[in-house]
Amino acid sequence: MSRQANRGTESKKMSSELFTLTYGALVTQLCKDYENDEDVNKQLDRMGYNIGVRLIEDFLARSNVGRCHDFRETADVIAKVAFKMYLGITPSITNWSPAGDEFSLILENNPLVDFVELPDNHSALIYSNLLCGVLRGALEMVQMAVEAKFVQDTLKGDGVTEIRMRFIRRIEDNLPAGEE
Amino acid sequence: MTVHNLYLFDRNGVCLHYSEWHRKKQAGIPKEEEYKLMYGMLFSIRSFVSKMSPLDMKDGFLSFQTSRYKLHYYETPTGIKVVMNTDLGVGPIRDVLHHIYSALYVEFVVKNPLCPLGQTVQSELFRSRLDSYVRSLPFFSARAG
Repeated sequence: MSRQANRGTESKKMSSELFTLTYGALVTQLCKDYENDEDVNKQLDRMGYNIGVRLIEDFLARSNVGRCHDFRETADVIAKVAFKMYLGITPSITNWSPAGDEFSLILENNPLVDFVELPDNHSALIYSNLLCGVLRGALEMVQMAVEAKFVQDTLKGDGVTEIRMRFIRRIEDNLPAGEE
Repeated sequence: MTVHNLYLFDRNGVCLHYSEWHRKKQAGIPKEEEYKLMYGMLFSIRSFVSKMSPLDMKDGFLSFQTSRYKLHYYETPTGIKVVMNTDLGVGPIRDVLHHIYSALYVEFVVKNPLCPLGQTVQSELFRSRLDSYVRSLPFFSARAG
């Protein structure tokens, strides 16, 4: 692969259909490999986590986002910068909890599910669960333990797709071994 | 002006990479001990700067200078630390350290699925690209400063 010398914040052009079809093939293969949907969901989450811990470095390198000081700022960065950069969509942020530790991302359209119709024998499958793993892995790398899960999904007949984000705790910086 | 050496640490204190170009004095201790000592110092300095700042911090610790050399520091929100020692004539090089992170480390290590994160970098491509980049810097010169 040849690569341009300068990258800056330019986005690469890539067929979004290729990504949708690749993801679809992955999910299909996992459904064949595993007996039940819960195992598929776990594998998608694990793969997403491994993607997220690397994707966050690319994201920080390409954007000029510094450290977020609270969960509201984090939500803005996720919805307005990160989703835009990688999926070309801007979810809306809703349903803040009074404590400010939970919010929802509302996806009007989810590019992962273009062309997809869920058959009846996969009612427990969380088709886009990779996204939850990506979010968890990426935020863990910036010292935030979070839970991300789909609470609404257009594939399940809901009106919108909703990912509920919950802040669990801040991950403390490691002291160097042997100190204190 | 000249570049003496460079360390790359991850957030757990693992020395991911070390390069040197014009280093006249060695530490006299095993390399692993040197990396731990450097990381411990940076950890303490960063904590000191954060606690003792009379104002809200923006970028935190940037550099320090002695009578003979200058240490430059750049840290990402993911805790990757790029540390470069130069001579005294080199001004702020935050953009250089950011470039080393964004165009070299991210491109040749993070995006390489065969490079495990959290371990010493084994990529020869990364090492050679980093060396070429540093040698091309305007302040990389063996001339007496």
